[in-house]
Amino acid sequence: MTDVLEPAHVEHHDADHEEHHGATGILNWLTTTDHKVIGLSYTVTAVIMLVIGGFFAEIIRGQLASPNGHLVSLAQYNELFTMHGSVMIYLFAGPFAFGALANIIVPIQIGAPDMAFPRLNALSYWLYLTGAITMLMGFFTAGGAANFGWVGYVPLSNTLNSPGAGADLWIGGLLLTGFSAIFTGVNLCATIFYLRAPGMTMFRMPIFTWNMLVTAILILLAFPVLTAGLVMLYCDRHFGTHIFSVAGGGVPVLWQHIFWFWGHPEVYILALPFFGMVTEIIAVFSRKPVFGYKGMIFATLTIAALSLGVWAHHMFTTGVVLLPFFSIMSLLIAVPTGIKMFNWIGTMWRGEIWFSTAMLMAVGFVVTFLIGGLTGIYLASPPLDFFTHDTYFVVAHFHSVVMALVMGGLAGLYYWGPKFTGYLLNERLGKVQFWLLFLGTQLFTVPLYILGLEGMPRRMAVYPNDPQWKMLNDLSSLGAFIIGISTLLFVVNIIVSWKKYPAGDNPWDAHTLEWFTTSPPPHHNFYRLPQIRSERPTWDYNHPEHRTLHHGEHASDHDKQEATV
Amino acid sequence: MKVEAKILLGLGLFFGLMCLVYWNWSLENAGGVMMFAGMLLGFLPGGYYYWWSRRMAPRPEDNPNATQSDGAGVVGAFPGSSIFPFVMGMGAFFVVLALVFGIWLLVPGLALVVWSLLGGTAEGRRGGQH
Repeated sequence: MTDVLEPAHVEHHDADHEEHHGATGILNWLTTTDHKVIGLSYTVTAVIMLVIGGFFAEIIRGQLASPNGHLVSLAQYNELFTMHGSVMIYLFAGPFAFGALANIIVPIQIGAPDMAFPRLNALSYWLYLTGAITMLMGFFTAGGAANFGWVGYVPLSNTLNSPGAGADLWIGGLLLTGFSAIFTGVNLCATIFYLRAPGMTMFRMPIFTWNMLVTAILILLAFPVLTAGLVMLYCDRHFGTHIFSVAGGGVPVLWQHIFWFWGHPEVYILALPFFGMVTEIIAVFSRKPVFGYKGMIFATLTIAALSLGVWAHHMFTTGVVLLPFFSIMSLLIAVPTGIKMFNWIGTMWRGEIWFSTAMLMAVGFVVTFLIGGLTGIYLASPPLDFFTHDTYFVVAHFHSVVMALVMGGLAGLYYWGPKFTGYLLNERLGKVQFWLLFLGTQLFTVPLYILGLEGMPRRMAVYPNDPQWKMLNDLSSLGAFIIGISTLLFVVNIIVSWKKYPAGDNPWDAHTLEWFTTSPPPHHNFYRLPQIRSERPTWDYNHPEHRTLHHGEHASDHDKQEATV
Repeated sequence: MKVEAKILLGLGLFFGLMCLVYWNWSLENAGGVMMFAGMLLGFLPGGYYYWWSRRMAPRPEDNPNATQSDGAGVVGAFPGSSIFPFVMGMGAFFVVLALVFGIWLLVPGLALVVWSLLGGTAEGRRGGQH
């Protein structure tokens, strides 16, 4: 029978709704359409992908710990850096950002019973899982996995240079995960536009939900382009078309245009959800509302719009792109990102900061993202980019960025994990994990910046036996191993704190609607909802004496009103 | 509904302007076409939402002073559980593997996809399993 839902605030005690008798065990996992279960599946799968991709990274850093490393062969090294990038970007960071936490949290934050299209949501997960399996299957084929870099540039990815099944599996896996992303984007847009609770106007949505809406729109703009490009690449490989081959009158650089028209917005598809998580966490643990709420939303929208006009800054050295246009647009992104930095600091300013693990991770995100962001401004300038293109400077830049995102994601897991599992993680282990991760990240990236400026090219398995290069590479490898240990510590933490520290409904005295319901939330999320009069409905309910002021209202006005009453 | 419409229309406007500037300055077609398509993705749904927002009464979620009882009634129909997303996922998996390992895999792949389409539609009419 279809679950025709009454709104949650009508305090019905219909046993059918409170105790949802569904299938259990594996059948429940295969047939579920509950956004929380799907989100949890996404979370677990994405974390497994993080561990797989991280394992590849450790092998890469092991190989580079000595100038003529023999840990892997040159061919295996090509497969490893390709699949490290592919697993981390396509299978971990993206799905974790918009499939895992967003799936669980967004409907609850806006007071909705589920995603707008629950079965489409389940399909998204199955396409993601099968896409991941497809891509990784390459390792078990005769020719090995894809080995042309995660960007799949032609002519490296044509049949002449990559004849094996690994390349086709890479394309197939990307098609599946691409459709998964598009369906999730549609679902998030529909959910946020149509399933908000009464009083939850657009400008009362939590920043995380706002960022997910913008991310979803970016997905809808960018992913179809990649899918189309992949189909063209497959046709070039197998059906004799010459879209990307010079021999048949095609244009190889067209692949780069198509790939990066998806690829640069993808950076923000990855980053915006983590910006949202960190914004929520910093506000809650500073015990203040978000500083500059509307400014944050404006900055998010601006970043998203600009991100679609900067793709060719990855292609400066091809010599066929309009340098001033892409340089100006790329530099402009620093403005809204700067607004965000300013607002994060403004939110912490004079707050009662509680340095829980989630907050430490969030602050670590801000610091590390600042390093990655500032070096990005260097790279937006063509003269500097010509000098550093395809060196370790670029590698260091985007690893600062993505390691910041990993910290943001862990902040999200420490913060929201108790909501969807019902149990807290061990704070002491969490703090040790944070410091290892934070220091390991800086030790890993800073030597790479220096190596890049000295001209060490990326994607090379061996390098000249120079004592300084050896030392810098060793330091970087040491950093990478420390990051690996911190990741293992997270797994240890999950095992150690398994069902040990019950969280309660609102362990952080947080602001938004998900903390109004139980941990974990019931089927269809809410038994009742509070009155929504600001972007912090749960806070307003719990602290009527410190209610959130309306935009433009000042505390002094409020005091005067109180005095006259 | 007006805010939602304005976001999408604003996005369309931005891409329209960018498309004009970029295409005329660079004379490069790929990016010009993609920005034009981006403009359409802003204007088409944005225009539709705007058209509707002028014809409908504000919904409780658009009203800043709404109380929870304003939203009383049926929120929507949410299927309880369904095997068909999984079936379709497996079908798509086989279809993709057919691209790599051999065309014969299309047979189970398309069979699963068609089964899930029929089954999912019928389930939608019937109301699904609880």
